[in-house]
Amino acid sequence: MIGRQLDENPAGIHLPLDPLPGHTSRGRLERVLRRGEFAVTTELNPPDSADPEDVYNRAKIFDGWVDAINAVDASGANCHMSSVGICALLTRMGYAPIMQIACRDKNRIAIQGDVLGGAAMGVANMLCLTGDGVQAGDQPGAKPVFDLDSMSLLETCRIMRDNGKFLSGRKLTTPPQLFLGAAVNPFAPPFDFRPIHLGKKIAAGAQFVQTQYCFDVPMFKTFMQKARDLGHTEKVFILCGVGPLASAKTAKWIRSNVPGIHIPDAIIKRLEGAQDQKKEGKQLCTDIINEVKEIPGVSGIHVMAYRQEEYVAEIVDESGVLKGRQPWKREIRRDDQMVADRLDHILHDEITETQVDMVKTAH
Amino acid sequence: MSDENPAVTQATLVKKAAPKSDYKPADVSPQRRVQRSFAVRLWSIRHSRLLEWFYARFADTFLLLHPLWKGIGYGRVEAPIKFVEKRVKGFMFDCRMCGQCILSSTGMSCPMNCPKQLRNGPCGGVRANGNCEVEPDMPCVWVKAWEGSQNMVNSDRILTVQKPVDQSLRETSAWLRVTAQAAAAREAAAAAKTGASA
Repeated sequence: MIGRQLDENPAGIHLPLDPLPGHTSRGRLERVLRRGEFAVTTELNPPDSADPEDVYNRAKIFDGWVDAINAVDASGANCHMSSVGICALLTRMGYAPIMQIACRDKNRIAIQGDVLGGAAMGVANMLCLTGDGVQAGDQPGAKPVFDLDSMSLLETCRIMRDNGKFLSGRKLTTPPQLFLGAAVNPFAPPFDFRPIHLGKKIAAGAQFVQTQYCFDVPMFKTFMQKARDLGHTEKVFILCGVGPLASAKTAKWIRSNVPGIHIPDAIIKRLEGAQDQKKEGKQLCTDIINEVKEIPGVSGIHVMAYRQEEYVAEIVDESGVLKGRQPWKREIRRDDQMVADRLDHILHDEITETQVDMVKTAH
Repeated sequence: MSDENPAVTQATLVKKAAPKSDYKPADVSPQRRVQRSFAVRLWSIRHSRLLEWFYARFADTFLLLHPLWKGIGYGRVEAPIKFVEKRVKGFMFDCRMCGQCILSSTGMSCPMNCPKQLRNGPCGGVRANGNCEVEPDMPCVWVKAWEGSQNMVNSDRILTVQKPVDQSLRETSAWLRVTAQAAAAREAAAAAKTGASA
């Protein structure tokens, strides 16, 4: 048990954890949430490259601060490294990725294949999304697939996991062990349908949900109140989406160009009034976290700091949501470290041994 | 605010980089091009309760005619019924002939008009004014569906999780399928009853 962290397979960091009763996956995120700890997840900015180091470097800045990392599936309909690829790299390094699956680019045949492939690589969490329309991205001429929607995708994954079958009814020899997630946006109309819609997602199989960016805490509180009244918070872990705004200008741009993100005027006023807008944006994010973490039924936060990933650690630290807990961190195991310390010199010592010398020293 | 922040999305950049020519098709999505105004569709949603009542009678009539359809052969009546259904539902709801109609569960707002063809609820991109993310001038199909469903007697049918669309049923008559299925269910029930009593 030398140097073993909580939620780590002693046989190797890349291996799935021991199954626990009541758990549907063998991943770290489900353990953290079911233990009742306040979870922190974040999003990895997918590289536009074929270099695995890009992924590793981008994941490294979250080390020891987050419980799981979202691998986005061409978010905003812009082309990037695929979520399956990112997950393959992250699981090799022992990270707990949340594989996002968007319905925009793949039909049900490809999606079910990816679910199996992802699970085989050790992906324990999958987030079922509809996906942005192709018109939003860098290739508006692409064919929008949308064969499934987020709800039927959730149900498909649940059927594969619980019934051990494809949608067609064909049997799986080993079903995937998954912790299923969905996205909710309490900040877009129809507002009174949104909590009911969440209930529908729970019925379809959602076990955790991540929300869209929360900048309007009162609106989120209303949503959570309704969700609690409907009894949803007992069936699903809700992670509130938060993130820093770089400046008032960015906030305005997001408000007018990114559908589904609601930024109240007060937020923009506060940013405009600040000396250092970037710092104020970070402070604002911390303040929002401090407010939402107190709302009953909120099980964690999902920090989306697009192109400001280096701030995630600071934001999590300053808001104190981890309460001194350190999430799993990629580090050299103590026994490996000991071996390295003792034998490292062989790599550097320049001893040219001849066979004659070896015989002499042996005697 | 738009004057100091020109809307430069990725899509705008791509559009700007496209070669210039005299021929410019309407700057809307392909789906929008085949569509008229939304007036009739919105009327149908406003009168969802009436249409729900009417459809229930209509479905019963169709079921009464089951011996007739069976006599002629469902395969033979398919073409003329589909011709009528496509035009009637096309006019009333902008029907896309998915062949598996769920209008009664979606407040008489056809979910296939959603650019993402979502059959289980709105996406997260609905604009603050209740319009579509993809087609900014179109009211979100699901915002309307929610409004329509609230007027209906069976307003909780919107809570059903719908199965993915069976693409092999496109361009077939949903009316006839529902009737044939209802007739089969009725016969099965009758058979079970006689079986139980015997």
